[in-house]
Amino acid sequence: MVTSNFVAASALRVEEVCKSFPVLDVPGTSRPALGGISFSIAASELVSLVGPSGCGKSTLLRLIAGLDFPDSGELLVDEEKILGPSAARGLVFQDPNLFPWLTVRRNIEAGLVARGVLQEKRHEVDDFMRLVGLETFGRSYPHHLSGGMSQRVALARALINHPKVLLLDEPLGALDAFTRMRMQDEVLHLWENRRTTMLLVTHDIDEAIYMSDRILVMTSAPGRIDREIDIDLGRPRDRTSESFLRLRSEILEYLHFAGKAADVSA
Amino acid sequence: MAGAIAFAAHLAVYKNETPMEARTYTNFLATFLMISILIAVGQYRWRRLRAAVWRMRPLFTAAVLLLCAWELITAGWHWLPLPYFPSPAAVLQSMISDRTLLFDSTWHSLVLLLAGYFLGALAGFVSGVCIGWSDPARYWGMPLLKVIGPVPATAWIPLAMVISPSATLSATALIALAVWFPVTMLTASGISNTRASYLDVARTLGANQRYLIFRVAIPAALPSIFVGLFMGLGASFLTLVVAESVGVKSGLGWYVSWAQGWAEYGKVFAALIIMAAFFSTIMTLLFKLRDRVLVWQKGMIKW
Repeated sequence: MVTSNFVAASALRVEEVCKSFPVLDVPGTSRPALGGISFSIAASELVSLVGPSGCGKSTLLRLIAGLDFPDSGELLVDEEKILGPSAARGLVFQDPNLFPWLTVRRNIEAGLVARGVLQEKRHEVDDFMRLVGLETFGRSYPHHLSGGMSQRVALARALINHPKVLLLDEPLGALDAFTRMRMQDEVLHLWENRRTTMLLVTHDIDEAIYMSDRILVMTSAPGRIDREIDIDLGRPRDRTSESFLRLRSEILEYLHFAGKAADVSA
Repeated sequence: MAGAIAFAAHLAVYKNETPMEARTYTNFLATFLMISILIAVGQYRWRRLRAAVWRMRPLFTAAVLLLCAWELITAGWHWLPLPYFPSPAAVLQSMISDRTLLFDSTWHSLVLLLAGYFLGALAGFVSGVCIGWSDPARYWGMPLLKVIGPVPATAWIPLAMVISPSATLSATALIALAVWFPVTMLTASGISNTRASYLDVARTLGANQRYLIFRVAIPAALPSIFVGLFMGLGASFLTLVVAESVGVKSGLGWYVSWAQGWAEYGKVFAALIIMAAFFSTIMTLLFKLRDRVLVWQKGMIKW
């Protein structure tokens, strides 16, 4: 891992990024959402971003996706500045946001159509449908799918462009506990197979510990990276192991404290 | 079974013997009865026919009973003043005797309606997409839409007659105008209400502006666009009939007012019946188109 850090530069680098939004009630003022965020992610790393709601996690993800722009600071993917949305950075939301007017197959193809490469890459569609276990649902429309299935289509749709970085904004947040755990394993499986760099925003500490190489803990108002926690547990991980639980209570305790501190300052 | 229909029809035939002129109507009802009996027998052989018959039976019976009631009130008991409310037999008679002119009128109406409707729907779709998507188009288009749109297209008739060299041309333009407004309005609102997250997702998939408009915003707006198309269709019927009765010297609307001028109310009713069938057929076709295009919404639409 050490060598790879030297050989391959970080896949994603965020430097001193600040972003504030105007306060609509009071014209002329603005509320800082992100106050100088810096971190980097190595290629093929899976990093989680946790923090209280409203701390700017989603704002940060939108900046990395190129859907929004920072007030100051820099965002780089493979040492290239992010200038706008691109197929190189896939984004999966909590709501799968499948296009309801397209069948499952056409939803997965959407990225290829958008980039105008459907002709030469058509064969990959089947691979990706198989990869997420939906090969028999190609002709179904999204409203026939369950939440877990929809989210798998959304993952396949994002992955078919072979993004350098996959951004996941609480992708499993709306699923029930059992589907969620199964989907965590599926996402891990995809990650282990494809070694796509992933940045996962989540509310769920268990999910963060179970899945990621590293956890970035954010505090709110303004959003800052407060702490980085390396998860040194081997894979596959056991949610009930002693080390898992110790790590969990440690982080929870820390977050609780961080939350209080934020309240006092606000 | 369909026997109920047959029985009701039979009753009508029986009561119908009073008026003398009603040969054709008797024949009509006899044919109808025969078909009913054929269907009644046929349903035992074809299962699919049977399901359809069972579903339609109450509706059909009611329609036949209504026809009977009409006949009883007009021809049977003379409850309604005569020149204005002819019996079904008289209506059928005038429908048949004047069939060439009626057919001609229907044809003219159809051509005029379709020309105006397609023109207006197309223009409305284009301007709706522009106004819904681009801010400058919205800035300039919206006030225009708000000022011109609410004026009923029929209010322009006097002006249109003066400006345009041909009545047909101006009627086409008026129908197009009547359709244009609701289609533009609903298309624009559908486009601008496209869920932002659909657009965000598409952009992270590498979509360009063209993809965003044609493959995201327009499909997302289709349910709303269809509401506009239906409203436009209603407006086009109204404008068609008014325009025909005051300006254009052909078509069903003209036929109605012409027959009224001669106090031939049998013909008025005949034209009204044809109009009802004609308009509802077009409406049904639009519904069919909607069901086809919005198949992905199946189970979600309730109108």
